[in-house]
Amino acid sequence: MENILYLSTFVFIPLVMLLGLWLAKNVNQVRGVMVAGSTALLALAIHLTARFLGDRAAGETAEMLYTGAVSWFEPLNICYSVGVDGISVAMILLSAIIVFTGTFASWQLKPLTKEYFLWFTLLSMGVFGFFISIDMFAMFMFYEIALIPMYLLIGVWGSGKKEYSAMKLTLMLMGGSAFLMCGIFGIYFDAGASTMNILDIAKHGVALDNQYLWFPMTFVGFGVLGALFPFHTWSPDGHASAPTAVSMLHAGVLMKLGGYGCFRIAMYLMPQAAHELGWIFLILTGISVVYGAFSACVQTDLKYINAYSSVSHCGLVLFAILMMNETACTGAVLQMLSHGLMTALFFALIGFIYGRTHTRDIRELSGLMRIMPFLSVCYVIAGLANLGLPGLSGFVAEMTIFVGSFENTGTFYTTLTIIACTSIVVTAVYILRLVGKILYGTCTNEHHLHLTDATWDERFSVICLIACVAGLGIAPLWVSNLIGDGVAPIINQLDKFIVLNPFM
Amino acid sequence: MEYTLFILLLPLCSFLLLGLLDSKISKTAAGIIGTMSLGAVTLLSYFTAFEYFTADRVNGVFEKVVPYNITWLPLGDLHFDMGILLDPISVMMLIVISTVSLMVHIYSFGYMKGERGFQRYYAFLSLFTMSMLGLVVATNIFQMYLFWELVGVSSYLLIGFYYTTPAAIAASKKAFIVTRFADMFFLVGILIYGYYCKSFGFDFNAEGFAAGAFMLPTALVLMFIGGAGKSAMFPLHIWLPDAMEGPTPVSALIHAATMVVAGVFQIARLFPLWIQYAPEAMTIVVWVGVITAFYAAAVACVQSDIKRVLAFSTISQIAFMMVALGVCLPGEHGAVIDNHASLGYMASMFHLFTHAMFKALLFLGAGCIIHAVHSNEMSAMGGLRKYMPITHITFLIACLAIAGIPPFSGFFSKDEILTACMHYSPVVGWIMTGVAAMTAFYMFRLYFGIFWGTENKELHAHHTPHEAPLAMTLPLMVLTCITLVAGFIPFGHFVSASGEAYDIHLDWTVAATSIVVAVVSIALATYIYAGSRQPVAEKLHDAYPRLHRWAFKRFYLDEVYQFVTHRIIFAYISRPIAWFDRNVVDGFFNFLAWGTHKLSHAIRGLQSGSVQLYAQVFLLGILVIILILIM
Amino acid sequence: MIQLEYLLIISAVMLFAGIYGFFTRKSTLAMLLSIELMLNAADINFAVFNRMLFPEGHEGYFFAIFGIAIAAAESAIAIAIMINIYRMLKNISVDELKKMKW
Repeated sequence: MENILYLSTFVFIPLVMLLGLWLAKNVNQVRGVMVAGSTALLALAIHLTARFLGDRAAGETAEMLYTGAVSWFEPLNICYSVGVDGISVAMILLSAIIVFTGTFASWQLKPLTKEYFLWFTLLSMGVFGFFISIDMFAMFMFYEIALIPMYLLIGVWGSGKKEYSAMKLTLMLMGGSAFLMCGIFGIYFDAGASTMNILDIAKHGVALDNQYLWFPMTFVGFGVLGALFPFHTWSPDGHASAPTAVSMLHAGVLMKLGGYGCFRIAMYLMPQAAHELGWIFLILTGISVVYGAFSACVQTDLKYINAYSSVSHCGLVLFAILMMNETACTGAVLQMLSHGLMTALFFALIGFIYGRTHTRDIRELSGLMRIMPFLSVCYVIAGLANLGLPGLSGFVAEMTIFVGSFENTGTFYTTLTIIACTSIVVTAVYILRLVGKILYGTCTNEHHLHLTDATWDERFSVICLIACVAGLGIAPLWVSNLIGDGVAPIINQLDKFIVLNPFM
Repeated sequence: MEYTLFILLLPLCSFLLLGLLDSKISKTAAGIIGTMSLGAVTLLSYFTAFEYFTADRVNGVFEKVVPYNITWLPLGDLHFDMGILLDPISVMMLIVISTVSLMVHIYSFGYMKGERGFQRYYAFLSLFTMSMLGLVVATNIFQMYLFWELVGVSSYLLIGFYYTTPAAIAASKKAFIVTRFADMFFLVGILIYGYYCKSFGFDFNAEGFAAGAFMLPTALVLMFIGGAGKSAMFPLHIWLPDAMEGPTPVSALIHAATMVVAGVFQIARLFPLWIQYAPEAMTIVVWVGVITAFYAAAVACVQSDIKRVLAFSTISQIAFMMVALGVCLPGEHGAVIDNHASLGYMASMFHLFTHAMFKALLFLGAGCIIHAVHSNEMSAMGGLRKYMPITHITFLIACLAIAGIPPFSGFFSKDEILTACMHYSPVVGWIMTGVAAMTAFYMFRLYFGIFWGTENKELHAHHTPHEAPLAMTLPLMVLTCITLVAGFIPFGHFVSASGEAYDIHLDWTVAATSIVVAVVSIALATYIYAGSRQPVAEKLHDAYPRLHRWAFKRFYLDEVYQFVTHRIIFAYISRPIAWFDRNVVDGFFNFLAWGTHKLSHAIRGLQSGSVQLYAQVFLLGILVIILILIM
Repeated sequence: MIQLEYLLIISAVMLFAGIYGFFTRKSTLAMLLSIELMLNAADINFAVFNRMLFPEGHEGYFFAIFGIAIAAAESAIAIAIMINIYRMLKNISVDELKKMKW
C-alpha cells in the first residue's frame, strides 16, 4: 500500500494542481501553482531516481520495484497496479524535467492562461500515470488521458492551420489506440483472462498463434505515437501548429510513450511474434530514419524541419528496440531521453523565436545571431546535439544504438544499420543549412532589427534543458546503468525464443 | 604521469570559462586567459615529452604509459573508454600541437586585434586545441572518433567565425559536411572493427582478431576513408581550400598542426594493424596519396590567392605523409614490423613534425602579409620585401624548407619519404620526386609574387604596407628557429615503426637528386617570376589557356560536388521524398478523412429530423419484429 | 359489471387515435396531446388488468400512477420547450422547425 501511495503521488500532484488551478483567481496564482507543482514533481522524480538507484545498489533484484495493486474492476480483473524499473524511472525523470521547463517556457502565454495550464496539467498527469502503471488497462487509460488534452491545446492555443492539425493528430492517434485496445484485450484473453498485470502475463505467456495478430496491432498502435513510418504524418502538422510548451511535451514525452509501449507491451509480452515479425517493422523504422532526415532537408518551416528530424530520431528508437539486444535497447532508451531533451529544447527555442519574429519561414529569417545572441547560441547548441556532437546527449545515444545494432549477426541487420548510419550525415546537412540560413549572415528584415533577446523565464527553461543535454552527454554511465537494469529482464524474455527471421 | 590530465583539462576549462563569460570580460583578459592556459599546456607537454623520452627503454622500445583509462560508457560486451595513452607518436603530437597552437594564440593577439567576438575566438581556439590533444592521446579508436568529431565541430565554428559573410558560412558548412560524410565511413569501420575484434583498443595481439582477420582490411579501409576526409585526400579534399575563409591564424592551426594531420595520425596509430593484417590494402593508401599529391601540386601552380596556394600545398604535403605510410612493407625476417622496411612510418611522422612547423610559419607569414595589404590576391602584392623584412626572411626560410633545400628541416624529412618511396617502387619514387619539384616551383612562384616583382603602387599609395607588430612577428621568429634546427633532431631515436631506435642516414643518391631537382625548380621559378614583368608566364598562359583555366578552377571538382549535392541529393532525393510524404503518405490519411466526410454526407439525408417520419419507421419496425416473432 | 373487453376496446381506440394523431398532425401541441392519449391508454390497461386479473395486488395501480406522473412531467417540459420555440420562431409546426437540423 505504501508503494502504491508513493508512486501514485505522481498522479496526485497533478490532481492537486488541477484543483489549485481551478481555484486560482489570477495569472500570478496560476503561475504559482504551476511552479510549485512542477517543482514538486521534479523533486519527487529526483527522489525516486535516487531511491531506486540506492535500492538497486542495496541488492534489490526484483524486476519492478515498489509494486502494488488495488483492485479496480473485478469482472475484468482490472487493477490499478504500479511499479517501476530502470526504464520507467528514466522516463519519469524526463517527463518531470520537460513539465518543469515547459511551465517556464509558457510563462507569458495568453489568452486563457488558466485553462491552458489546466489542460497542460491533465496531460502531464496522463503521462506520469502511464509510466508508473504496470496494468495494461490502467496504462491504456492514462494513455488516453494524455491524448485528449492535446486536441484542445492545439486547437485553441495553436497557430496556423490549428483546427486541421488538431483534428488530424487526435484522429490518427485515436486510430492507433483503437488498434491498441483490440491488442490489449486480445492479449488479456489469450493469456488466460485472469490478469491485466504485465508481469503476470509475461510469466503466463500469450498463445502463440494469436501473437501474430496482437503483436502487429499493439506495435502499430503504439508505433503511431512513436512516429512509425507510414503513420507519422500527424507529427509535422501537429508540431507545427502546437503552442511551444505543448510541442515540447508532445515531442519530448508523449512520443516516448510510443517507444516505451512498444517495448513494454508489444515486445515483452509477445516475444515469439516479435522475433518473427520484427523484420517487417525493422524495415519500416529503417525507412523512417532515413526518410525523415531527407524530408527535413527541404522543409522551409522551422517546426517542420524539427518534426521531420523527430521522425528520424524516433525511428531510431524503434529501430534499436527491434534489434532486440541489450546494448541496442539501452541505446533506444538513451535516445528517448536524449531526443526528449533536445527536441524540447529545439521547440522551446523555435517558440521563442517565433514569438518575436512572427514567422517560422526560414527564407524570411536571417542574421539572428546579432539580434538575439542568447537564443541563437542555444539554437546552435541544440543543433549540434541533434547532429550528435560528442559531449552532448545525441552522440551517446546514437553510438550505443549503432554498436548495439552491429551486435546482431546477419547481412540484413548490418545493411540496415549502415543505412541508418547515413542519417548522421543527412542530419548534419539540414541542421547546418538551417543554422547557416537563419542565424548567420546579416539580417535583411528591418522589422527584426529591434527584437529583444530572451527574458529570464525563457533563459531559465533553456539553460535547464541544455544542462540536462550536456549532463547526459558528459556522464552517460549512471543513466546507462539505470536503463540497462530495466532492459535486461525484457531482453531475457526475448532471448528465450529462437530466431525465425526469414532474412537470417 | 598523472599530470597529463591537465593537458586536456586546461584548454577545456579555458573554453568553458571564455565561452560562458563571453563579452563579460575584456578582450585582453580573454586573450591572456586563453594564451596562459595554452602556455601551461605547452610546458606540460614539453615536460611530458622530456620525462617520457628520458625514461628507460624496455626491450629497446619506449613503454606505453596509460595514466588514465576509465569506462565511459558500457556497450554490451564492449566498452567505450576514455583515457590518456602516451607513446612516442602521441607525445610527439602533443609537442607539435601545443607549440603551433601557442604560436597561433600569441599571434592572434596582433592579428585579431579589435575584431568583434575576440573572446569567442579564443574560446573556440581552446576547444579546437583540446579536441586535437584528446584525439592524439586517445586510448582507443572510439575515443579517437569522439574527439575527431569535436575537431570537426570546432573547425566548423572557427571557419565560420566571420558568420556574417556568406563565403564563410558556406565554407564552414562544406568543411563540416564533407568531413562528416567521411566520418560516416570511419564510424562504420569502427563498428566492424569493434564487432569482429571484440575491442575498440589499439592493442593488436588480442585473441579475437583471428576470427575477424578477414574483415579487418575492410574496417581499416573504411577508417582510412574517414581519415582521408579529415586529411583532405582526393577526392574529399574540396573543403580545405575553402576553409581559409576563417581567420588566417585558424588556417595555420587547421592546416599545420591539427585537423589535417588527424587522418595521417589515425593511419599511424593503426599502423601495426595495417602492416600485419592488411599490407595489400596499403596500396590504396599509396595511390590515393600519390594522386592527391600530384593533383594538389598542379592546382597550386596557378592559383592567385596566396592562402589558396598554401592550402593546396598543404594537401600535397599531407599526401606525402600518406604515401610514406603506405609504402611501408612488412619485414622480411620474421619480425612483422621492421624499421628498415617500414622506414616510411618514421619518415611520415618526421615530415608531419617538420611540416607542422614550417607550414604554420608560412600561414602566419601570409597572415602578416594580408594584414599589411588587406587582400589575399597576389596582384595586390609584389615588392613587399622592402616593407616587411622580418616576414620576408622567415617566409623565405619556410619556402626553402618546404622546397627541400638543406639544411632546413623539410629537406631531411622529405628525403626520408623519397627514400622510402624509391624502396617501395621506383614509379612512386619518381612521381613523388616530380611532385617535390613542383612544390619547389609553386612555393617560389608564390614567394617571388609576394616579395619581388612589380609593386602595386596604385594600391600602396593609399596605404603603405608595414611590418606586423611584435605579437605577430615573434611567433614567426620562434617557428623559424625550429625550422632551422628541426632537421638535425635524431628523430628515429624517438619515433620509429618498431619503437626501437633507428639512425637516420641519408641516402645520398636520393638526396642529391632531390636537391638538384629542387634547385632547378627554384631557378625556373626565379627565371619566370622574379622579374618585374613576367613574359614567360604570360606566354605559357597564352599557349595553354584551357589547361590554365582547368587548373585554376581546380579541375572543376567543386562544381561536380555542387552538382551532386544540390542537383541530385536535393532535387532528386529530398524533394521527391518530401513530396511523397505530403502527397502520398499524408494524402492517404487525408483521403480517409475526406472519404469519411463524403460518406456521411451521402447518408445524412436519412436523418431527416422529421419526428413523424421517425415514428412511422419505428412503428413499421415494431410490426416487422412482431411478424417475425409470430412466424 | 363491465366486461374486460369493453375497457380494452376503449384503451385500444385511445391508443390508435393517439398514434394516428402523432403521425398526421403538424402542430407539436397536437402531437403532445396524441402522446398523452397513448400514455393514458396504457394507464387504463394497467388499471384494468390489475382490477380484473389480480384484484388482491396493487402493482398495476402503482404503474398507472407513475405513468400519470411521468406524463405530467413530460408535458410540462414539452410545453415549456414549445413556448420557448414559439417565442423564438413564432411557430410550433414540426415542418417549420429546421433550425437545428444537420
